[in-house]
Amino acid sequence: MAQSLPSPAQAQRSADTRAWLIVSGVTVLWLIAYNSVKPLADWLTFALLGLAPGSRLGDAVAFFLYDVPKILLLLTGMIFAISTLRTFFSAERVRQTLGGKREGVGNVIGAGLGVLTPFCSCSAVPLFIGFVKAGVPLGVTFSFLIAAPMVDGVALALLLGLFGWQLAGLYVVSGMTIAIVAGLIIGRMNMERHVEDFVWEIRGGDGAVAEEQYTWTRRFAEAWEQVREIVGKVWPYVVIGIAIGAGIHGFVPEDALAGIMGKEAWWSVPAGVILGVPLYSNVAGVIPVVDALMAKGAAMGTMLAFMMSVVALSLPELIILRRVLKPRLIATFVGIVATGIMLVGYLFNLVI
Amino acid sequence: MLNVKVLGSGCANCKRLEQRVQKVLADHGLEGEVEKVTDYGAMMRWNILKTPGLVVDDVLVASGRIPNEDEIVGWLTK
Repeated sequence: MAQSLPSPAQAQRSADTRAWLIVSGVTVLWLIAYNSVKPLADWLTFALLGLAPGSRLGDAVAFFLYDVPKILLLLTGMIFAISTLRTFFSAERVRQTLGGKREGVGNVIGAGLGVLTPFCSCSAVPLFIGFVKAGVPLGVTFSFLIAAPMVDGVALALLLGLFGWQLAGLYVVSGMTIAIVAGLIIGRMNMERHVEDFVWEIRGGDGAVAEEQYTWTRRFAEAWEQVREIVGKVWPYVVIGIAIGAGIHGFVPEDALAGIMGKEAWWSVPAGVILGVPLYSNVAGVIPVVDALMAKGAAMGTMLAFMMSVVALSLPELIILRRVLKPRLIATFVGIVATGIMLVGYLFNLVI
Repeated sequence: MLNVKVLGSGCANCKRLEQRVQKVLADHGLEGEVEKVTDYGAMMRWNILKTPGLVVDDVLVASGRIPNEDEIVGWLTK
């Protein structure tokens, strides 16, 4: 019977409804779990393990048992939400949008889209080539490439969970500002000839895949795939980072670090930036330690600079970008971003 | 014989995609050669923005993601 068979469109609609129901149900469970982490951790530490509240070990254990599940839950929720949002922004469409943009507005939009368009560092080269070949100005391309790793979901989830939304917001605003200004400066320097020559010689075919059809079912499925991949990769760093943080929290005396990481130690800002470069991809482990250090007297600007350097200046990405950028341009890029990060560090040390 | 190209610089996702293609070929008894294109100049012939890219008989079918097995079967048996 023809009418008893649902049409493909109807089948898709009911599949989408089911996907929404599942996501809503999981969200409710997530909220319940998130709100029971604290009482559960306290109960485990003080009732079950019998540790005394206020004792060093008790504090460290309670801190660990509270933070690990809380951060992992936040990470899962955050990556899922961001990945779902990101299915609306394809790199092809970003390139189209930026192609006609002039510098200035283009840098702002470029940095914004950098946050919303996912790419792994191995895609940095094709993205770079694709953008400049399509006529996206060099500076705008850099704004995009700097913003993308700087404001990433993992860092954001950890900052939100450990520091609260004010500091997370501060981080996002300063990260975006660095991306926009660095792109503007690079654009003004007319460094096109410091892009490797082969980039300009590539004759790209028009082989772009047609815009993919996205249903809600597929958006959620892809977002869940991202959650599994990213959380699966970073959770050991989170656990180790929080364990170290818990140790510092419980056993390092108050203000012990003010001398070497406090506001007065001006050299700690550039030192933090340099230290951040080899710590790439471990931002998930670094942020919990930073959180604990700040409680012991480390200055906020210094720590902000350090975290930004971890994500924005990563050694493997620089090596990959060397394929398309001549040494002068790489050095300029690193120099400008590093200077921007240090300025942010000093600024916040001064103001807060 | 099918010609399949995996475009990518050798990152984890590119290797996963190549393995998946090999598996589909084996599972369905398909004859095909799988080529890895790691040179950026060469892979930009297909104008991709994100790796890994998948090219079947010179036509780009996917980029920037790892398609699932069903999709790959569809492209290889067309």
